[in-house]
Amino acid sequence: MTTIAKTPSTTARSAGRPPEPKRDLKIATGLSHVALVAWALITAGPLLWVLLASFKSNTEIFLGKPFALPNEFSFSTYANAWSDAHIGRYFINSVFVVVISTAGTMLLGAMAAYVLARYKFPGNRAIYYLFVSGLAFPTFMALAPLFYILKGIGLLGSFTGLILVYIAYSLPFTIFFLAAFFKSLPYEIEEAATVDGASHVRKFFQIMMPMARSGLVSITIFNIVGQWNQYLLPVVIMSGPGADQKLLLTQGIAQISVSAGYQAEWSTLFAALVLTILPMIIVYAIFQRQIQAGLTAGAVK
Amino acid sequence: MRHGKYPFIIGFLVVPVALYVTFVVWAYIQAFYLSVYEWSGLGPVENFVGLGNFRKMWDDTTFWQSIKHNIFLLVFLPIITVVLALIFAFLLNVGGGHKGGVTRGVWGSKVYRIIFFFPQLLALAIVAVIFGRVFGPDKSGMINGLFPDSWQPWLFLADERYAMGCILVVLVWQAVGFYVVLFSAGMGNIPTEVYEAAAIDGASRMTLFFRITIPLLWNTVQVAWVYLGIAAFDAFALVNIMTVDRGGPDGATSVLSLMIYRNAFEFSQAGYASALGVVLFFLTLTFAWVTLSATRRESVEA
Repeated sequence: MTTIAKTPSTTARSAGRPPEPKRDLKIATGLSHVALVAWALITAGPLLWVLLASFKSNTEIFLGKPFALPNEFSFSTYANAWSDAHIGRYFINSVFVVVISTAGTMLLGAMAAYVLARYKFPGNRAIYYLFVSGLAFPTFMALAPLFYILKGIGLLGSFTGLILVYIAYSLPFTIFFLAAFFKSLPYEIEEAATVDGASHVRKFFQIMMPMARSGLVSITIFNIVGQWNQYLLPVVIMSGPGADQKLLLTQGIAQISVSAGYQAEWSTLFAALVLTILPMIIVYAIFQRQIQAGLTAGAVK
Repeated sequence: MRHGKYPFIIGFLVVPVALYVTFVVWAYIQAFYLSVYEWSGLGPVENFVGLGNFRKMWDDTTFWQSIKHNIFLLVFLPIITVVLALIFAFLLNVGGGHKGGVTRGVWGSKVYRIIFFFPQLLALAIVAVIFGRVFGPDKSGMINGLFPDSWQPWLFLADERYAMGCILVVLVWQAVGFYVVLFSAGMGNIPTEVYEAAAIDGASRMTLFFRITIPLLWNTVQVAWVYLGIAAFDAFALVNIMTVDRGGPDGATSVLSLMIYRNAFEFSQAGYASALGVVLFFLTLTFAWVTLSATRRESVEA
């Protein structure tokens, strides 16, 4: 830590102070790299270890030497994780839920945000603040009541219930973000369309939505990642009889981890983790710029 | 085109508002309502106890233990994460020195940023499962595996002295990259002329960092602090998945969020869980308010 903190002090900027020895700058840059490489290793190390361990037999895992290459690359752990541990099913469940709930969140969120941002009517502000105030409440507070509300309407342990809850809890941020975005768009094109006799609905879908594309993309990514990574809500909602067929990936992995712990049989767990993480790495490799922008968009505003 | 405005407005708002009121607003109202009842979760809600649940909390040692752990996270998670992220972001953006009149980051800063950010994409639940094994208490754990064979294995999560520290380490591990990217975006908005002017005046890198970068980035740092504080009040997935006996050993990693979950769904104490939720709500609000007012200063425009 101290070396990192001192790095900047060892050198002054070269510009404007030509006498500054170049060597010092090189040392500082070198130390910067040491610090950055160290953190990169700390970040990637555990993931690389999981990958290596996923090919090892359980005996080999218990030998230590975590970063040694496996004796032989065995894919049987992957077969176990896919079939016996049901990773495939959990994966499909997660994809299904997130696709529908993100689509729903974006459609309903954009509709509400658009109306609240660009139409004057009594109660507009009240509804807007009702949505935005949702950002101040911790989800934990609502857990018990939410469970009984779902139970009451018979949606507990169902994908429908989970999807509706995902949408409802994603609306505050989506509306907060998109309302600001819609407000910032110019009014002239919309007015021209009105003169041409376009209906309100048509203006929304054919003019405003395309104009808001960049904002929509950011918040869509934000919602996909947020909902994909949900753990608390599925644990609460996907419970009860028959729910074990409907577990989502995060829940499923946690459950595999518990049963692996009872048997001290880790190799399947590592394969399951790789199957979970690998698709994320692929998607991230393709869309890393958009993903970084989408996830940080909320904090920058 | 005033015509048809109201049917359109109502048509667009009715579904989102209905969903939101049913699952969010109604649930929060119920949480406040249930917090003054003793209710197991079954049957009618009729045993009104007033502030009884809160009095019970006052005498509950697990509650105070959990609060202590939440405060531990609340203090250390933001400070460690923000300091590390600021340093890395500075090195990535400005650390490369000054060549040809352009301030720039170190070589390969793009690659670093991509690697640092990745953990943010993983669910905390997945991270918890990975680190449950990283901290494994025998040779099969990554860290114990790296230790020489002659050492006694460290217990990490199974040792009440270090268990909470392990939770903190994992939260920092996941968060740093996100804030590196966030701060980098902020630093990118600081005009290079500002740095150049300071460099001509002979400012060292240290001076640049403390006198220019930090003040101009203050609003972003504030936001980061609040976000991390809110994360410190959660940590549910980590504690529920990673720790020994969920919240153990012997309550050494119990946090408020876990207490709420277990009271609501395992101990049949839905009323008490709601009261805990109300406390969590006020704690979060107080934290956000204190942070924002304590760190308020003249905003500096670049």
